[in-house]
Amino acid sequence: MLQFVLRRLAMLVATLVAASFVIYGALYLAPGSPIATLTGGRTPPPEVLLALETRYHLNEPFLVRYWLWLKAAVSGDLGESIPLHEPVATLIGERVGVTASLVLLTSLIILFVGIGLGIIGGLRRGGVDNAVLLSSTISAALPSFAAAVVLQFVVGVKLGWLPVLGTGTGFSDSVKHLILPAIALASTSVALVTRVTRSAVMEEMGKEHVQTALSRGLPYPGLIRRHVLRNAAIPITTVAGLTIASLIALAAIVETAFGLNGLGAYLVQAAMNKDFAVVQGISLVLVAAFVITNVVIDILYAVLDPRVQLGSRAQ
Amino acid sequence: MTAEVLTPVTDLVTTPTRRRGLRGVGVIGYISAGVIAFALVLAIVGPFIRPYDPNLINFSYANVGPIAGHPLGFDGQGRDLLSRLMVGARTCVLGAMFVALLSIFIGTSLAVITAWFGGKTDTSISGVLDVVFAFPGILLAIVAAAVFGPSLLSAGLALAIAYSPYIARVLRGAAIKERAQAYIAAMEVQGFGVWRLCARHLVPNISSLIVAQGTILFGYAMVDLAAISFLGLGVQSPTADWGVMISEGKIGLLQGYPLESFSAVLCIVIVVSAVSFLGERLSERSKQGRS
Amino acid sequence: MTSLLQVRDLTVQLKIGADLREVLTTVNLEIAAGEAMGLVGESGSGKSMTAKAIARLLPDGATVSGSITFDGVDVLALSGADLRAHRAQVAVVFQDPRAHINPVRRIDDFMGESLRILSDVSKEEASRRAADALEEVGIDNPAKRLRQYPHELSGGMLQRVMIATALLSEPRLLLADECTTALDVTTQAEVMAIMDELRRDRGLSMLFITHDLELAGAVCDRTCVMYAGQVVETRAASVLHGDPLHPYSAALVDARPDINSTADRLLAIPGRPLSAFEAPSGCRFAPRCGYSTDDCTSHEQEWLELAGGQVRCGRAAELRGTLRGGAHV
Repeated sequence: MLQFVLRRLAMLVATLVAASFVIYGALYLAPGSPIATLTGGRTPPPEVLLALETRYHLNEPFLVRYWLWLKAAVSGDLGESIPLHEPVATLIGERVGVTASLVLLTSLIILFVGIGLGIIGGLRRGGVDNAVLLSSTISAALPSFAAAVVLQFVVGVKLGWLPVLGTGTGFSDSVKHLILPAIALASTSVALVTRVTRSAVMEEMGKEHVQTALSRGLPYPGLIRRHVLRNAAIPITTVAGLTIASLIALAAIVETAFGLNGLGAYLVQAAMNKDFAVVQGISLVLVAAFVITNVVIDILYAVLDPRVQLGSRAQ
Repeated sequence: MTAEVLTPVTDLVTTPTRRRGLRGVGVIGYISAGVIAFALVLAIVGPFIRPYDPNLINFSYANVGPIAGHPLGFDGQGRDLLSRLMVGARTCVLGAMFVALLSIFIGTSLAVITAWFGGKTDTSISGVLDVVFAFPGILLAIVAAAVFGPSLLSAGLALAIAYSPYIARVLRGAAIKERAQAYIAAMEVQGFGVWRLCARHLVPNISSLIVAQGTILFGYAMVDLAAISFLGLGVQSPTADWGVMISEGKIGLLQGYPLESFSAVLCIVIVVSAVSFLGERLSERSKQGRS
Repeated sequence: MTSLLQVRDLTVQLKIGADLREVLTTVNLEIAAGEAMGLVGESGSGKSMTAKAIARLLPDGATVSGSITFDGVDVLALSGADLRAHRAQVAVVFQDPRAHINPVRRIDDFMGESLRILSDVSKEEASRRAADALEEVGIDNPAKRLRQYPHELSGGMLQRVMIATALLSEPRLLLADECTTALDVTTQAEVMAIMDELRRDRGLSMLFITHDLELAGAVCDRTCVMYAGQVVETRAASVLHGDPLHPYSAALVDARPDINSTADRLLAIPGRPLSAFEAPSGCRFAPRCGYSTDDCTSHEQEWLELAGGQVRCGRAAELRGTLRGGAHV
């Protein structure tokens, strides 16, 4: 097991290094010079130009610059936003909390509602199951940006129950500002998790080993928990985990829609303003979070299913 | 050994046959296919049959509801909503189609190459794919917008690249199975070329899976493309596009005029539901066909 | 001898899609305390369904008529805790242990589960008893096996685990459903011998389901032959082979190669075995029987007492002794 975890961690590091190279390289290739951004398009005097080039390592070869950037990034220095003259790490630090809370709250909705409804639908036949199927079909069809505008209009504008824009101040106000974004972000994902849970539970219910447990006269609730849900937990964990990992990038859409001051919305802003250091920094953070979540899912999968050969990759 | 010898084998399971076209997708499957076909036609002819100029601004009609001659009313800048929806189908539907086709092409090629050559080729391609896997589609599209400037093309290319590894991984398994079939080995021995074997036999034999995956991907691409346009990093205003319309309609929506956003949301939801339903049915069918 | 299990006129219909299909028709069966009863027939004859009905494991939507009495209790009327108590007394050993043991739980957990949950035995005590039980079925190093997962054990070993587990909960009736069919021949004999010995030691009753008439003869006191959802003959196992009463039993005997004589060819039964729902009226075996008359096809056959057994064939008395090596169509 330890060996498996170590190997996954090594792969994680390799992937991150390769991904960081892609991020840095892509933005290096971008047309337009950062100097032009700095000087607002005017041609600066040669000595200013030289000073700027030295400061931002603009005259070094590509690989050297990548190496300097990576080395600094590992120690937490993601460079400086050229238009804002502020360290990228600080800019990220101010916003990471909003995104993390949004993803966390959304994950809780997905896990409780998605898995809960899925189990109910999987165990009960007839009306209850049909209601679960119908509600998941509707929410599956609603992409997060569509859910966002519908919720903003119905709950925010018409009913006036919850704020529709902004981040809020103080704990309870901030949470209030996160509720609608979290529901919007959860809409499609919750449906996916519900469906997978439902079919996993139904499939396990039909397994022969459940019949064995039944034939031994075991009480129903324990039997469901120990044999049906325990086994269904394997596919459910994988899908729920992958779904939660995907939220990390999708948060950008909801943050923009609700005017939340999070990493994703800021990344979109930076991409529009061609603030490359910020785009690089946030992309790196998001990719790292995404890849690490995936590794955690892989490890969880191996823990849950003893049949997984630890040498091979969990699919 | 046992009395079983006197039991003639009665095969109650009918042998699966490969089904083509739309057979076996059910009534809702047909309706979905109809919706998709309608959306495609609209995407092509929409700009020619729209009743008004979709970009004609008239602020005195801003957010005015349906009136005679304008069945859906006007958007926040007084442009005819119906015309904008009809024209907006083009970028949304054709753009998604382009993304789906491109990633199917890249993904299938990679799957066939890794399945055919195996070994080092497989390992190195899989390694590259693992890195691409680290980039969610939306993130790659945002980075692409930063590098190449926001446009439908950069968003579409980024999404196609981000989706390809998923297609490659799903198809690789099927391609490896097909590669191991005896007839392929037999034809190889007879001297048939790799290209001919792949193009004429291997790919056609996993085509039902490719079609199913492509349909599902088409749905994802529509959602993601619209999302990127919604963010302002895809199709650019004033071009009519469903994603852009949702975003622009938000100003009116917050003041109590939801029609612009909602009509575009409805268009996306209807087409995406149809696509994902049909995709699921096709993929169920292709699974049945191979079990 | 008082009977532990009594099955009377058991008729079962399963819900397949929209319609009901009959799988068992007026099945009669009786097992005494300590007795081993063989249940023999071809695939689809209703052997497994009979066992499932006894353990109340029929699928949802099944309709059942007739009666099943276990130790004086009406099994079909049970529900809730009483039903679970009944199931605990009737242990089932299934055909495919690989599918019937939860793959994600350790052997220890599987074996001790009903002890811990139903009998309030401590975890340590349950493991100790499980280890003893494994030793009894001839598994070496039980402590190690208990820590392993099902996929780490061979099929033969898993079936022994299944048998040991069935015996652990001290049941009164063992339902062994083709429990050696999936194993290879040498393992089959070994597992069979162990199960037979342990059963006799405990004076346990058993319903032994198999399609192997001779195996049933070797292990059981009496044998029941089923065809198309009906019991067609019940005889002492020792005489059934030499003196079958029903033409179908005789055909089953003839279909087996005899070690002592070299037959020119095996006598196969023409036609294919039928399920209850597709069986004709009158005698269900008549279309494949070499002795059928118009009377056989037009009349439902009675369940007759004959020569210490029961048979469902109107011509049984008249044909007795002439059936072997018989005249099939």
